[in-house]
Amino acid sequence: MKAKIRKIMTVVDETLTEQGQQVNPPIRRAAAIAVIANPFAGRFQEDLTELIDVGEELGQLLAERAVAALGIDGSKVESYGKAAAVGENGELEHAAAILHPKLGAPFRKVLGKGAALIPSSKKRGGMGVVLDVPLGHKDAAFVRSHFDGMEVRVADAPRANEIVVAVVVTSGGRPLPRVGGLKVAEIKGEDGLR
Amino acid sequence: MPEVKVRKFLVSVEEIHHEGGPPPAVPPKRGLILAVVHNPYAGSWQADIQPLMDDLKPLGLEMARRLLAALGGDPASIEGYGKGSIVGEAGELEHAALWHAPGGYSMREVLGGAKAIVPSTKKVGGPGTRLDIPVTHVNASYVRSHFDSVEAGIPDAPRADEMVLGLVMTTGPRVHARAGGLAVKDIKGEDGLR
Repeated sequence: MKAKIRKIMTVVDETLTEQGQQVNPPIRRAAAIAVIANPFAGRFQEDLTELIDVGEELGQLLAERAVAALGIDGSKVESYGKAAAVGENGELEHAAAILHPKLGAPFRKVLGKGAALIPSSKKRGGMGVVLDVPLGHKDAAFVRSHFDGMEVRVADAPRANEIVVAVVVTSGGRPLPRVGGLKVAEIKGEDGLR
Repeated sequence: MPEVKVRKFLVSVEEIHHEGGPPPAVPPKRGLILAVVHNPYAGSWQADIQPLMDDLKPLGLEMARRLLAALGGDPASIEGYGKGSIVGEAGELEHAALWHAPGGYSMREVLGGAKAIVPSTKKVGGPGTRLDIPVTHVNASYVRSHFDSVEAGIPDAPRADEMVLGLVMTTGPRVHARAGGLAVKDIKGEDGLR
């Protein structure tokens, strides 16, 4: 494995009630987070291939961990997202190299499908920095009930020469969606948008 | 016995491969479970608050079981533990103390015969408050390699009339423990201390 992993963390949150209303079934969201060494920390590196390949490895590893933590079959996952935080000696472009070129394909393979763009966010920060991972329906980006975000952080990461990489999968959208828009029942699932 | 109203659960597991030193053969894990519950005593002075301690016992058992399952399910693999609670702003620090008995009882019940006192911490705070839950060895509080802590918190809890209740279990020492003191092999296991 190219990724030099210091730590892997999984987080599952499960919402049972909201404003006194039962959430039925409870909504579960699972994040899998890897803390890895940044091979390019502290210098300018033109060719980011190594990190692009790390992204491919983590796409599979973190998707498998997140789906296992969620406790449902990959095909039952409804929404997803991804994010990365680069330590202070790294560059925002390092996060982009991990997240964008190759992470998505193995991530989608674990789920069986995933026509929609995987929403993402990235930043540079110190230890304990908060990542708000944006979430969207995995087959139709315009499904309004599934626009959401999950906050993740690792208290002791990223160190200056590290990168935190997170993927999130869910069993559903927001707890009590009622702002209209495209519904899950209306998904065509052809173009990843509607 | 009134049922405790749970709004949300959060389960997280850290798997620590190394922290700059030689990776152990089996990476130690640190597991955390939090429950966000309604605080029935929020907003007014109540002299007798002890009924909630009994009411929390079934929830404590469920949390201990869930946490153990997230760490692989083997009670013999659990080497450290801790507990903590955060009370929302309409509550009182004394409400947080109601978690001592059910939190400790539930982990001892699930782990079977753990001898050491369960270390704990508590505070009053708003949503997103972080709590450093202390961790010590399950059979001998003085084991230095197992002194640890896990940072806990939920972005949207506790609301004013809620409490966040937490349990922590670990499967090993600090990843590169080498600060001396009482070692696991020297535990007498009689008094829960040494």
